[in-house]
Amino acid sequence: MELKELYRDVILDHNRSPRNFGRLEPSDAQAAGHNPLCGDKLNLTLRLQGDRVADLRFEGQGCAISTASASLMTEAVKGRSRTEIARLYQDVHTLLTAHGADAGGAAAPALGKLMALAGVAEFPARVKCASLCWHTLNAALERAPAPVSTE
Amino acid sequence: MSVEAAAARAASIAVPRFDAAAVRAQFPILARQINGKPLVYLDSAASSQRPLAVLRAVEHYETALHANVHRGVHSLSQWATDAFEQARDIVRRHLHARSTREIVFVRGTTEAINLVANSWGRSNLKAGDEILISYLEHHANIVPWQMLCQASGARLRAAPVRPNGELDLDAFRAMLSASTRLVAVAHVSNALGTILPVQEIVHLAHARGIPVLLDGAQAVPHQSVDVQALDCDFYAFSGHKVYGPTGIGVLYARESLLAAMPPWQGGGDMILSVGIEHSTYNELPWRFEAGTPNISGAVGLGAALEYLQSLGVEAVAAHEHALLQLATARLAALPGVRLIGTASHKAAVLSFTMDGVHPHDIGTVLDSEGIAIRTGHHCAMPIMERFGLAATARASFGCYNNAEDVERLVEGLKKVRQVFG
Repeated sequence: MELKELYRDVILDHNRSPRNFGRLEPSDAQAAGHNPLCGDKLNLTLRLQGDRVADLRFEGQGCAISTASASLMTEAVKGRSRTEIARLYQDVHTLLTAHGADAGGAAAPALGKLMALAGVAEFPARVKCASLCWHTLNAALERAPAPVSTE
Repeated sequence: MSVEAAAARAASIAVPRFDAAAVRAQFPILARQINGKPLVYLDSAASSQRPLAVLRAVEHYETALHANVHRGVHSLSQWATDAFEQARDIVRRHLHARSTREIVFVRGTTEAINLVANSWGRSNLKAGDEILISYLEHHANIVPWQMLCQASGARLRAAPVRPNGELDLDAFRAMLSASTRLVAVAHVSNALGTILPVQEIVHLAHARGIPVLLDGAQAVPHQSVDVQALDCDFYAFSGHKVYGPTGIGVLYARESLLAAMPPWQGGGDMILSVGIEHSTYNELPWRFEAGTPNISGAVGLGAALEYLQSLGVEAVAAHEHALLQLATARLAALPGVRLIGTASHKAAVLSFTMDGVHPHDIGTVLDSEGIAIRTGHHCAMPIMERFGLAATARASFGCYNNAEDVERLVEGLKKVRQVFG
C-alpha cells in the first residue's frame, strides 16, 4: 500500500484546484450526493443538450479523493452522451474495485486522466469517496427528463 | 495560545513514567506492524485493545467452564453461573453500586439506553413531557429518545454547548422545566473529550425530582465512577471501551426504579414460570436479561475491570491526562492545526482539524505511518454541526499509550502537511 499511489500528482492538483467547481444557473438536472460515513457532500448541476451532457459543475466539501474524483469526472463526461457516460462509469467502477492481478487488466485506455484514480483500489475504505460523484451523476441523469428527439 | 508559547509549553511537560513498557507488553496487538511501521493505536475511544488478562480469562472460561447459566444441575452449568455472577459483582464493586440487583448485563451502552427508553420511558412518559439531553451526546444517547418521543408524544430538548466544548450549564438549568421527566447526558463526550459536570447536573435535576441517566461509555475507562456518590439513577457503559470484549455492557439502575420497570424483552431466563396466557417474571436483575447472555463477554469484562484496578484507575487517569496535555501542546504548535474542544476538564480525547486537509486524508496518511486515529463525525453529528464541521480527526488515549506515540502522531501530521502542501 503506497501512499504515493493514492495521492498522485493529478489527484493533488485537482484537489487543490478543482475544475468545473460551482453551480450552473439555470440547469437542466441536478442531484445531491452524501457520504454519511465521512460527511462528504456534493452537489452536481448539469446542462443537457439532447442526449449529451453539454456542461456540468460540482460544489461541496469532501476529502482529496472525493474532490479530485469529482473534478476529473466533470472533465471526462463533458460533451459525452448518456451511453458513453454509462460505459465510462463501468470502467471507473472496475478501476476502483479491481485488486492486485485484476488491476492491470482493468486499465482501459479510454479512461485517460481518470487512470489517476487507479491507486484507490488498494484503499478499500476510500472507494466510496471516489465513487460518490459518479453515483450523484447517475442520480441526476436518471432524474433528468428523457432527451426529446428533434428528428 | 500562540504557536511559540505552545511549543515552549510542550517542552516543559513531562509524562510521568507509568511503567508503560510493562503495560504495553500486556497488549499483544500493540506489537503488530501496520503498513510496515510499528502500530501507534490512538483510537481507544472507538474501541480499546485487550490485555492478556482478559484474553486468558475468556480462554479459561471457554476451555474449562462453559455451559448455559442459571439452568443445569451439572457442574459446568454451576461453574459458568458462578463465573457470570462473579463478573456481575466485580462490576458492582467497580461502580460502587449497593447491590448486584442493580447491575444488568446488556450488549453495550447503546442497548442499556434502549432498555431504559423502552422500559422506563414507555411506562413513564406521555405527550407534553420532555427529555433533556445535551448537544454533546453520542447518537446512542439521542436516537433512542427520539424513538421514545415518537411513541409517547414527548419532546426531546438539547442543552447548548459553549465554544470551548463545555456544556452551557446556565442554559441547561434554564431548560429544566416542570415538564422535564428525564435528564440523559454523557459523563464524558466521545467527540471532544469534555468531562461534563455530572455531579451538578444530578443535583439540579434531583432538586426537581427528575431522574438522571449518565452515558458513561467514555468515562469508565478513564476515571473511577461511584454511582452512589454521583447519586445518578441510571449509568451505562460498554465493555470494549474499557479493555474488555465487544458485545457486553452494563446498565446500572437504582433498585427502586428498576423494581418498578416492566421487562423490555421476553424469553428464557427472565421468567419464573410460564403458562400459555401468563408468566411471572424473574427477580432483579435477571428480569432484564432475556435469553442466554454473553457469558464469556461478562467474564472478560470482569477481568478487564480487575486489570484496570490492578493498574489503578487514578494512576491511569493521571498518565492519560499528562499525555493529553503533551499532545494538546504539541499539536497546538503545528501550523494550521485547530483543536476542537478545549474544555478545562477533558479526558483522553483530542479532536482536531488541519487547514486545507480533510480529516479522511489525515487518517489515510497517518495509517500509512502505522498510526490509527478516528476520522469522521464520531457518531455525534449534532456537536459536529454545532462547530460547523462535517468531520474531525480524533486521537484518543488509553493506558498503553506513551509519549513516543504522541511524537509519532506529530511526525505523522508533519507528513500530512508534506503530502498536501
